Amino acid sequence: MQQANKQNGRAAMGLNHVSYADDDLDIIKDVSGFLPEGKITTFVGPSGAGKTTIFRLLNGLISPTQGDIHLFGENIQTMEPTALRRTVGIALQDATMLRGTVYKNLAMPKTLQNQALEQDEAKHLLTQVGLDASFLNRDVTDLSGGQRQKISIARTLVNRPKVLLLDEITSSLDRISTSEVEHLIQHVNKEFSVTIAWITHNLDQALHIGDYTWVMMNGELIESGSTDILKNPVNPQVQEFIKGEG
Amino acid sequence: MSFLTLSLSLIFVLIPLALSKTLKLGLEKDTLIATIRSIIQLVAVGYILTFVFESESFLFIILMVALMIGAATHNAQKKGASIKGIVWKLILTFVFIELLTQGILLGFHITPATAQYIIPISGMVVGNSMVLSILFLNRFTAEFQSQKKETELLLSLGGTPKQAIHLPLIHSIKASLIPTIESQKTIGLVQLPGMMSGQIIAGADPIQAVQFQLLILFLLLTTAAVTSIMLGFLSYPSLFNERMQMLKIKTEAED
Repeated sequence: MQQANKQNGRAAMGLNHVSYADDDLDIIKDVSGFLPEGKITTFVGPSGAGKTTIFRLLNGLISPTQGDIHLFGENIQTMEPTALRRTVGIALQDATMLRGTVYKNLAMPKTLQNQALEQDEAKHLLTQVGLDASFLNRDVTDLSGGQRQKISIARTLVNRPKVLLLDEITSSLDRISTSEVEHLIQHVNKEFSVTIAWITHNLDQALHIGDYTWVMMNGELIESGSTDILKNPVNPQVQEFIKGEG
Repeated sequence: MSFLTLSLSLIFVLIPLALSKTLKLGLEKDTLIATIRSIIQLVAVGYILTFVFESESFLFIILMVALMIGAATHNAQKKGASIKGIVWKLILTFVFIELLTQGILLGFHITPATAQYIIPISGMVVGNSMVLSILFLNRFTAEFQSQKKETELLLSLGGTPKQAIHLPLIHSIKASLIPTIESQKTIGLVQLPGMMSGQIIAGADPIQAVQFQLLILFLLLTTAAVTSIMLGFLSYPSLFNERMQMLKIKTEAED
């Protein structure tokens, strides 16, 4: 699975018969798949399909009960957890903020390594996510949901991850902000060759931003491949899901 | 005080019993049990202490202190049952506190090395440490649950468990220490401490009673700080596994 295939290149991350159970409840069931290196992979599927759980497994916040996960060919269970999490960044849907200013939040990945984030770098990050530099000293409690989401993305970028996991990051954004964030992620993907995995409920977004896609249902990977599979699904379950979303 | 006058003090038990009955509070049974238990426990302790004081044996002193630590651990562990190995963590904390405080008291000849001093002071130290442990564990498990998202965020950004749990840990340590510090601020103004009152009633010089009370107060400050901090730093690693992942804990509310 880690070999990926000729068309999609090398796998940045690969899952090999991965299952995950919590309190005897099977959440992920024997999933094998990969994220092509340097590509944007979208994750689609109904709520409760296990998409966020897959992200938590990839970032090492939880471990598979069966199977293994590889990052550029290395089993993540053998990697130092802090190094894994800096390499595989994650921005979650709820965009949790730490009490304090925007700067404190942006600087946190550096603070955790006993380093400082330069003010100029912090301002640059803010402009990259479409926010004014004046946001730097604002208290996070004064931010809107969309602004928090943008700060959350910028904060994840501080670690310069090689793989970036984005969990419904545009669900609380308006159309203009969504477009800004999409451009930013495409820029990060192309400019720095960062592999992106993006959970979205918006099939149009999956089609226009993704190179590759995973369709998940009930903890299983139903279908994966080029984003075209969303246009012409072969699997009846995927057909049903797309019909429902459309 | 004769047994006759002591039995007259039962009037103070009859008053709440009568009030409970009249107002149908339903506390008569609990009041009676509490009264009977306190009589039996204290009389037994009185006889045991007389025996230990007369025997002048260090073995009995150690046994008494071990008994106190055992009872304190039994009581406090219920609050931290969700933390793996809490019993040993509590025992270690209580033993360390006891050794530290008695080491200073006896090492600097602040108090004489006799059962008459070691046992009551140990009782106060271990008892206070137990209350602090309960306060700390209660707060810590609640903070851990309420700040799960923040803790997981810090882990996801590459933080270690120690960095991720830092804020809930510090908040819990501070919160458990506040009652001790606050009560010491008003001591003597609002209430006279039990030990000092007891000494004065027994005929001791009030200034000497105050000196002893101050010693105990300072001792309890150390006890409070060391208990919360030590228990905190012993407990937090049990909330994570070797892959630096948060473990699920069962809180009292879920029981």
